[in-house]
Amino acid sequence: MWEESATSAAFCMAMVEKAAQVDKNTPLLSVRELLVRFKLGDGLAAALSRGPSYLKAVDEVSFDVGRGEVLGLVGESGSGKTTIGKAILRLYEPQSGSIVVNGVDITRMGDRALKHYRRDLQMVFQDPLSSLNPRHTVRTSLRTPLLLHKICPSSEVEQRIDEALTRAGLSPVFKPRYPHELSGGQLQRVAIARALTMSPGLVVADEPVSKLDVSVRAQILNLFKDLQAKFGISIIFITHDLRVARYLCHRIGVMYFGKLVEIASVEELFTAPKHPYTKALLGTLGAEGENLDGAQVAGEAFNPAADTTGCRYYARCPMRVDHCKTAHPPTETIKPGHDIACYEWRRS
Amino acid sequence: MATLATLKGLGRELRHNRVALGGFAITSFVLVAIVIGPSFSPYDPTLMDFTAILQPPSWAHPFGTNSFGIDVLTRVLYGARNSFMISFAGVSLGAIVGTLIGMTSAYMGKLFDAVAMRLVDLLFAFPIFVLALMLMLILGFGVQNVIVAIALVYIPNFARMARNTTMVVKSEPYVQAAQVMGQPRLRIMVREILPNIAAPLFVQFTVGLAFAIIIEAGLSFIGLGVQPPTPSLGVMMADGKDYFHRGPWVLTLTGLALMFAILGLNLLGDGLRDLLDPRLRRRSAA
Repeated sequence: MWEESATSAAFCMAMVEKAAQVDKNTPLLSVRELLVRFKLGDGLAAALSRGPSYLKAVDEVSFDVGRGEVLGLVGESGSGKTTIGKAILRLYEPQSGSIVVNGVDITRMGDRALKHYRRDLQMVFQDPLSSLNPRHTVRTSLRTPLLLHKICPSSEVEQRIDEALTRAGLSPVFKPRYPHELSGGQLQRVAIARALTMSPGLVVADEPVSKLDVSVRAQILNLFKDLQAKFGISIIFITHDLRVARYLCHRIGVMYFGKLVEIASVEELFTAPKHPYTKALLGTLGAEGENLDGAQVAGEAFNPAADTTGCRYYARCPMRVDHCKTAHPPTETIKPGHDIACYEWRRS
Repeated sequence: MATLATLKGLGRELRHNRVALGGFAITSFVLVAIVIGPSFSPYDPTLMDFTAILQPPSWAHPFGTNSFGIDVLTRVLYGARNSFMISFAGVSLGAIVGTLIGMTSAYMGKLFDAVAMRLVDLLFAFPIFVLALMLMLILGFGVQNVIVAIALVYIPNFARMARNTTMVVKSEPYVQAAQVMGQPRLRIMVREILPNIAAPLFVQFTVGLAFAIIIEAGLSFIGLGVQPPTPSLGVMMADGKDYFHRGPWVLTLTGLALMFAILGLNLLGDGLRDLLDPRLRRRSAA
């Protein structure tokens, strides 16, 4: 036990030194050619056919997240945005590519070594009720990370829990409550408080407001905005609601069936979108003012299991040319901070 | 803390569920009877009294006496205590080992899962009593081996149930949150998953206890379990069947006592299953 804490102390020292060496200008998180695939079908049937087939949920995606930056990932359901978030946190094992945090490659790190980097990467889930253990009180849920990472001496734990709750806009009277006794908005505040107890550098927020009542959405979004401004944390904000992304994010990445098709600053993306899919998405915002989840983007969808060559957006694209059928377009940087994967962007 | 709140809630629900309440009442009565009953009895469960052979039920001997002149009620109380303890030990052992295998299987997956689950299937393929019988013949007679046999009979049940429920709970966001936090695997299994799969396992335990008593009685009845003169319900019934025409109360009343205890446990198990299943609970509340 003692030995373990001694080695972990040494580890932390090493981490601090490493962090000090890292230049302030290098990104906090660097994702390079990340590929996550899932096996489709399992067992005998798959074995008897031509071997297992795979679905590339995230297909060679690269992006950076700077310090204190909020990156939005938008796209339809099934476009792979949640998978990216969970792969960064190593909840899914990436097939290839790399995830570099503060200059340390964590892509293939084992559980024990990874524990020291876990603090730096936290997640807020979509459904606040199921992201808290129904058998644990709010106090237990918040105490666990404090004790696990020895963030403070045990005498200060209660005080830290109170602070964390207050920071997230909740009264400490909620400490002895169980999750089913709280409302969705309150639960999401607890989940945010839990993520923040570890003072992470990066929080992955996976649609944190989509399951909440419209009336509390704005409150939680403002909480994210305030906390981000106050503590300078980086956030990867996954959403299918472009208006939410515009309100909160500095940069936005647009996903389409596992590919990152365009990434640019909010102003750039909303004023001068280049990718035909981004344009279609922005088009849906206008008249009806509805978000893009579902079939508002007209046309035949890409079949991720069958089609493997050509641009993912080919079937729906209004600007397609024959060349688009041969291979998915490579990512080009058309302006500093504005990347796009389209052969024909100059025509738009 | 969590268990206390759950128990409090259970107590409240229990009052509205007649099946569970009946089962709870019978089981409590049986438990009290076998724990403190024997010390109130003026008779010894093994001491023979040849002046009082095969007496029919009377005020002095409510269940009559057997062919050795021993008070049947006293023997039923001691016997039920033995049967209950053996079953409890057996099912507990089966529950612990089975749950451990099931949870590990679900959490580790891959090779461990494949091997463990095929072994479980193998045990499942035998009818329960035949399996218990076979194990007794392999292990030899005696109390300890009855416990081991009962445990082996119940390992597959608990393993399969623990595996299936763990599979469901494993993908819950709160387990992923624990992973993201950096909690070690063992800790996640014990602290995050186990409390959430405990309810169905508890029901299985109660129902299992009832059937384990039948297994124990059955094995002792055919002479493979508890050996006379140690009292056990099975031993007594085997003894009673030999002179059923002269003293039918020995077999009948012992059998009824066994039935009563098992009825209580089964009702309790059924009632608990209804109470702990949120879908059924909502219906009964309406």
